[in-house]
Amino acid sequence: MTATAPPEAPPEIDLGGEARSRRTDRGFTGLVALAGLTVLIVLGLILVTTSVQAWPAIAADPIEFLTGTTWDPNEEIFGTLGFLYGTLVTSLIAMIIAVPVSIGIALFITEVAHRRSRKYIVTIVDLLATVPSVVFGLVGSIVLIPWVQPIYQWWAGVVAPVPGLNVIFDETNTGRNYFTAGLILAVMCIPIITSISREVFATVPDIDKQGAYALGATRWEMIKGAILPHSFGGLVGASMLGLGRAMGETIAVALVIGGAIGVNTNLFAPGNTMAAVIAQQWGESGGLHTDALIGIGVVLFAITVLINFLARVVVRRAEIQMKGAHS
Amino acid sequence: MTTLQSGGPTPPDLSGRNLSLRRSIADRGATVLIGLCVLIAALPLALVAWQVVSRGASSWSLDWFIEEIPRNYRTAGPGMGPAILGTLAITGMAALLSIPIGVLGAVYLNEYGKNKPLARFIRTMADVMTGVPSIMMGLFIYVGYVIVIGDKTGFGGALALACLMLPIVIRSTEEMLRLVPDELRQASSGLGARKWRTVMGVVLPAASSGITSGSLLAVARAAGETAPIIVTVGLTYVYKPDLFDGQNTTLAAQIFRNASQPFAASQDRAWGAALTLIAIVFLFTIVSRIIASRFAIDKR
Repeated sequence: MTATAPPEAPPEIDLGGEARSRRTDRGFTGLVALAGLTVLIVLGLILVTTSVQAWPAIAADPIEFLTGTTWDPNEEIFGTLGFLYGTLVTSLIAMIIAVPVSIGIALFITEVAHRRSRKYIVTIVDLLATVPSVVFGLVGSIVLIPWVQPIYQWWAGVVAPVPGLNVIFDETNTGRNYFTAGLILAVMCIPIITSISREVFATVPDIDKQGAYALGATRWEMIKGAILPHSFGGLVGASMLGLGRAMGETIAVALVIGGAIGVNTNLFAPGNTMAAVIAQQWGESGGLHTDALIGIGVVLFAITVLINFLARVVVRRAEIQMKGAHS
Repeated sequence: MTTLQSGGPTPPDLSGRNLSLRRSIADRGATVLIGLCVLIAALPLALVAWQVVSRGASSWSLDWFIEEIPRNYRTAGPGMGPAILGTLAITGMAALLSIPIGVLGAVYLNEYGKNKPLARFIRTMADVMTGVPSIMMGLFIYVGYVIVIGDKTGFGGALALACLMLPIVIRSTEEMLRLVPDELRQASSGLGARKWRTVMGVVLPAASSGITSGSLLAVARAAGETAPIIVTVGLTYVYKPDLFDGQNTTLAAQIFRNASQPFAASQDRAWGAALTLIAIVFLFTIVSRIIASRFAIDKR
């Protein structure tokens, strides 16, 4: 490991507990404590440094920054509501798709699959997690978009006479839009939601499941009656972790969302998200524009940290309730 | 529940043959739906694998791995050598920075902090940190390092990736330390070893395979990161062996840079780079798996 350990010295020498050895011990304790504290230090530094850097852009008009929909770097008008809206809409689409699918996969792995096939399914989900996000963006922007574009057009035509739906699903031009971004995000969230859901299902007491079967329940009735009610809290936490992942995803979204500014109720229209706009405009930005982009990052950071923190608390509490012990 | 056998000595038929139609359809339907979910997850994976291999494989040749990246997006032809070197160098530097700190941090959590409030808080915050968007790490290093130094450098990218890897290394190492049997620690202190010697000489070696495999997974994840790289390293096409000297490049950055161009030549290069990147990431993942399964400590 690290260079602190001297090569093999006979342990008897240490038995006396000389001052030097005691000092090494104390030094080591300090060293590992410092390493542990790095996490807190880095998180704190992220918040402080980026906030300070972004302050000029935000302070000019904090209300405009959070609620304005006009984003014009040349005029130094920085309204980020459109990006917040894009982040919320795309991650909502992702959640609507990913949560049921992930819970289904987790149920399949824990309850349906045989031991041997279980391994392969876990591998599939793990592999999905290892694909770099930029590759999802590449496949999305070059392969997926030409495929889904006609489907969008067809669907917009189908729902055109339906009031309400025709506002959400309207004309589409390029296929680079909120909905495509939501689809890609859904795929990227599946691994994390699945793995946490599996952990949650694993804490359901076996006696409850066997009890349900003994009462004559079918497998589905057992899942409905024994597993799901027990796991509800944990599943909420798992979904929130997925949500945090979806809101922070940058590159895949930047490649497929189109990069329009403002709020658009049409899911088939191009838009932008908080994370994606930073990646898209970073190269050409400078001065206050860069600071404003960092400001978007600060808001995103606050939101995702809050969501992740709550999710961890929810998951932990659910586990404690179930097992009656700390994990 | 609906069919109750009354009276007689005949045991209830539990074979499921006398299930009501509604219940059996609900059960079958649910099983099919659950199976369908697995298919939905397998589909995008198959799509990605098929597309990346079929479109990227044609660009692979000896030249691909050693040639320079063409400056013009329209120029067809091979060359991703700088990006491959950049990926390895920047990720390697990030690993050098984050793994020692992460392992020591995990030692604190599992050997010293245990259930103290501070340790529990650090544990929760490490979990929270794994959920921090990767671009945020880039922005942090940009503000805290790039602006101070005055130039985007490969080392900045390594710092950002290190921030990303740190919580993953800490949490996976801690899991592994927890598996080390307490008897080993007791035997060591029974022989008179001080705590730091117990940790360095007994606990860490016992958990070394698990720590290595967890760290490799963190490396694999960092190697594929794009957002922090384009913020701190820049989007260029040359590799500089000196990570402190100006802009650099990685495979992920090359995929992003080339994919956003409308030209066939650059898109081909993006596919080739994607295949190369996935190959590297999978290599790390597989090696990590092998280490984890071959050299694992007996868990029970």
